[in-house]
Amino acid sequence: MKYFLVFTILFNSFGLIAQEDLMNLLNEETASEEKKKIVYTTATFKSTRIINSHSIENPGKGVMQFIIHHRFGRINSGWREFFGLDNANIRLGFEYGINDWVAVGFGRSRNEKLYDLFAKAKVLRQSTGSLKMPLSLDVVSTVGINTLKAIPGRENEMNLVRRMSFAHQLLIARKFHEYFSLQLMPTWVHRNLVPKRTDENDVFAIGAGTAIKLTRSVRLTGEYHYVLSKETANQFYNPVSIGIDIETGGHVFQLMLTNSIDMVDNLIVPKTAGTWRNGDIHFGFNVNRVFTIVDYQKRQQKKLLKAQQKG
Amino acid sequence: MKKLFFFAALVGLLQTVNAQKYITRTGYIRFFSTTSVEDIEAKNYQFTSILDAATGELVFKGLMKSFQFPKALMQEHFNEKYVESDKYPNAEFKGKIKDFKSEILKVGKVVEVMVEGDLTMHGVTKKVSEKGTVELKADGKVVAKSQFKVKPEDYSIKIPSLVRNSIAEVLDIFVDIEYSPLEKK
Repeated sequence: MKYFLVFTILFNSFGLIAQEDLMNLLNEETASEEKKKIVYTTATFKSTRIINSHSIENPGKGVMQFIIHHRFGRINSGWREFFGLDNANIRLGFEYGINDWVAVGFGRSRNEKLYDLFAKAKVLRQSTGSLKMPLSLDVVSTVGINTLKAIPGRENEMNLVRRMSFAHQLLIARKFHEYFSLQLMPTWVHRNLVPKRTDENDVFAIGAGTAIKLTRSVRLTGEYHYVLSKETANQFYNPVSIGIDIETGGHVFQLMLTNSIDMVDNLIVPKTAGTWRNGDIHFGFNVNRVFTIVDYQKRQQKKLLKAQQKG
Repeated sequence: MKKLFFFAALVGLLQTVNAQKYITRTGYIRFFSTTSVEDIEAKNYQFTSILDAATGELVFKGLMKSFQFPKALMQEHFNEKYVESDKYPNAEFKGKIKDFKSEILKVGKVVEVMVEGDLTMHGVTKKVSEKGTVELKADGKVVAKSQFKVKPEDYSIKIPSLVRNSIAEVLDIFVDIEYSPLEKK
């Protein structure tokens, strides 16, 4: 009886050991495929904008994103202006992910009646696994067309080319940790026409943005651009912004406080006329909503199903 | 007594000598959630599994990131916020078919079996016991299917209150695997 009991116990524990062995065998068998896998970092930022400026994120392939940007007036406008809430600058924009690495967008802002068109391309993507890339790198270029009415009597001085401005940026970002992402953005803004002869057509700046995770749906964000071009830096201020991103099922709400009333880099970087020190602070928000236009997931599923049927 | 012991050991030995293992690298697992707000479905075509036909032991392992959703944003939320696949990349199952005998696998016969074992997801392991079917096909492959329910709450998967009504408390899981004999190297 004793031997039988011992034997039964041993036999049962062999069962558990055998399952562990089986798992090890599975790991061995699939090791070669596992080694080839590249794991791309996702959600470095929750939206395609950090606060005002572009983040390295794009809408997904076949996905259309609609953004409403709203910036109220300055809080120091006093109670008659309802602390800036009476005044507003708005941008409505659409962005679309053409494929995994290129997105295009189009929008219109109330300030300067500016139409903007941009293209953002992912050059490098942060990843681990078989390909280790420590950073994500994007290139984004925005063309802005100011459609303000020309001064009466001087219409022939204005043409399409003179209304245009360009902003080119390199976005270099890293998701250091689930809780912390950082982005650097050297920026070059070129204005075809500037008000005074002494104004700079080319303005250079270096910007930084960050996102800090507070909860699964909420992140704290910050953004700062340091204007390098002296003449512009003397006339205008560095845009400084702080905000909160709130993500629900299909929307990302971005609330913010900023000294810049503009929403397109062509204007934000060289023309921020307010400063935090004076209380020239604008409360604002962005609302992001995504729509799937082309269902690439379905196409991929069909492909994988075929692979399964074969193997 | 000694004779019994000797005989039992011999049978055990024979079982290990006769071991035929089956493997899949393209196992299909689908889960489905239905609420009054919306239906959500995700499919994974890349689960790996080994079935030991000598003992009825079964192991599964799959990458959570391989679950495909109809919308890219759903997939991102699933990985980033619900199952936290950066922290817990795989779902695993270690178990066995209850009362397994190698005679169960007969060509062309669909046999109902009970599978029990440990399911590990999101860092939480729970004992599960579910029904399934196995069938040995004429071409030597084994088809295993199962349908059961899983409560994300049981695995500490928390759904944020903002989207609580869009995701069901209990999900339907569908498993459909075609195993091929594992070639001994």
